[in-house]
Amino acid sequence: MENSRTRELYQQVILDHNKNPRNHGKMKGASHVAEGYNPLCGDHLFIYLKIDKNNVIEDITFENDGCAISTASASMMTSALKGKTLDQSQNLFDQFHRLVLKELNPESEANDLGKLKIFSGIWQFPSRVKCATLCWHAMRGALNKDNSVTSE
Amino acid sequence: MSFNVKDIRKDFPTLAVKIHGQPLVYFDNAATTLKPESVLRALEQYYTTGTSNVHRGVHYLSERATANFEKSRDKVRDFIHAAKSTEIIFTRGTTEGINLVAHGYGRKFLKKGDEILISGMEHHSNIVPWQILCDEVGGNLKVIPLNDDGDIIFEEFEKLLSKKTKFVSIVYISNSLGTINPIKKVIDAAHQFNIPVLIDGAQAISHQKIDVQESGCDFFAFSAHKLFGPTGVGVLYGKAELLNQMNPYQSGGDMISSVTFEKTTYNILPYKFEAGTPNVAGVIALSAALEYIEKVGYDNIVAYEHDLLEYGNKVLSEIPNLRIIGTAREKAAIFSFVLPNIHPHDLGTLVDEDGVAIRTGHHCTQPVMKHFNIPATSRASLAFYNTKEEIDILAKSIIKAMKLFP
Repeated sequence: MENSRTRELYQQVILDHNKNPRNHGKMKGASHVAEGYNPLCGDHLFIYLKIDKNNVIEDITFENDGCAISTASASMMTSALKGKTLDQSQNLFDQFHRLVLKELNPESEANDLGKLKIFSGIWQFPSRVKCATLCWHAMRGALNKDNSVTSE
Repeated sequence: MSFNVKDIRKDFPTLAVKIHGQPLVYFDNAATTLKPESVLRALEQYYTTGTSNVHRGVHYLSERATANFEKSRDKVRDFIHAAKSTEIIFTRGTTEGINLVAHGYGRKFLKKGDEILISGMEHHSNIVPWQILCDEVGGNLKVIPLNDDGDIIFEEFEKLLSKKTKFVSIVYISNSLGTINPIKKVIDAAHQFNIPVLIDGAQAISHQKIDVQESGCDFFAFSAHKLFGPTGVGVLYGKAELLNQMNPYQSGGDMISSVTFEKTTYNILPYKFEAGTPNVAGVIALSAALEYIEKVGYDNIVAYEHDLLEYGNKVLSEIPNLRIIGTAREKAAIFSFVLPNIHPHDLGTLVDEDGVAIRTGHHCTQPVMKHFNIPATSRASLAFYNTKEEIDILAKSIIKAMKLFP
């Protein structure tokens, strides 16, 4: 794309995670599960978690039917959360949420976002913010035993 | 009048807007259409020098607003060829028109075990009101199945008709498939059983001439904003004998003839169904939209859009692996399609960068998506101000996007 706005949105990392999503598939013996659905666009996913006795995310996977942004976001979220404690996950949820709403500037504010910073330009596409956040809402829903969330 | 798309485009100020530095290609006409200058002028005139309520005052402005408002009703009557102006009810839009009938006719006449027939390609607004009605009265909603082209299977419809069937509600032109339904045949078959038929005309009315008496439909609902008019106003046509028997929908001012704390007598048609201050500016501007369409001429619109349809089919089918969803024999210039490697939402964002406005998603027709076993489509829906050059821009933009998702 010649245009820098979409070039920033569809960076190679996003395209790669979309084509080869990490941690994709149903999990057997999950301790937490939630379904995320965006009724407006039809994006649909399931998040599976295995939490150990020390409140650490031992494993996390997802299944989905959605656009490149939602697939890449779920792939990158699951990669980032594996091995994190529940407190760290909540913290990352908050940071990611503020990032996509342009409330957190990753260049000037300390953060733990790492590769997730790639979503920092998505606020320019208001209708696509929900694509990136659906998996995060589902993840938090799973942890809160809220089995069905929407990103509306 | 001869049809010159270049001149017509000058009448629509939004077409001159640049999107991300590119000329706008507006292909979202099934969601809402652009407005010509004359409609904008009518709205402006009412709000700048003509503001007044209708059916109330004896002062000059109110009398003038009332006269213009009622003139608009006569205009709609002529436009859809209704027998009487009293059969024209102003609503907020198609959705409200359908709800009005589900409420006013359905709750009054439908009983436990009765059946309502709709088709498999209905917009949610022609599904949910009937579902709610069925829940309330203990009725059953039956669905006319579709084939793989997106046509209703007429023989299945005939099989579904029975003594139990008490209402048929069907879309004229599908917003997600472009299918033009054979409504005359549907209405004739239903009338064999004395079943009233509502036609959802939201999409149809911008593409072809409507004649409610010739079709024989009992109700016909449409929205002004899909007909180059303002949002928030629409029309429900109903046969007077049915409207007279129905319960009122909303109640309040204007729809009464006398009120005491003991008893209220309802007003006559059409006011019985027009409670509260209506969208006066919208109704008056709708009339300007109808005049505009008459000036362009439906014969010209049908011929020109058919050209666009054929050209679009040709250009889009040349794109490798692009699958058009909805290939009915009779179709409006609406192209719903899917691509194997690009989700509609990504495509929508990418073509937007080239100034192309399309709709992506389920288009409020989730059962249609389920029928074709897809989550969503991209939809380009055209109007008579669109051009073949714009179809080329869309095609180029799609091919560019596909390179990003090999």
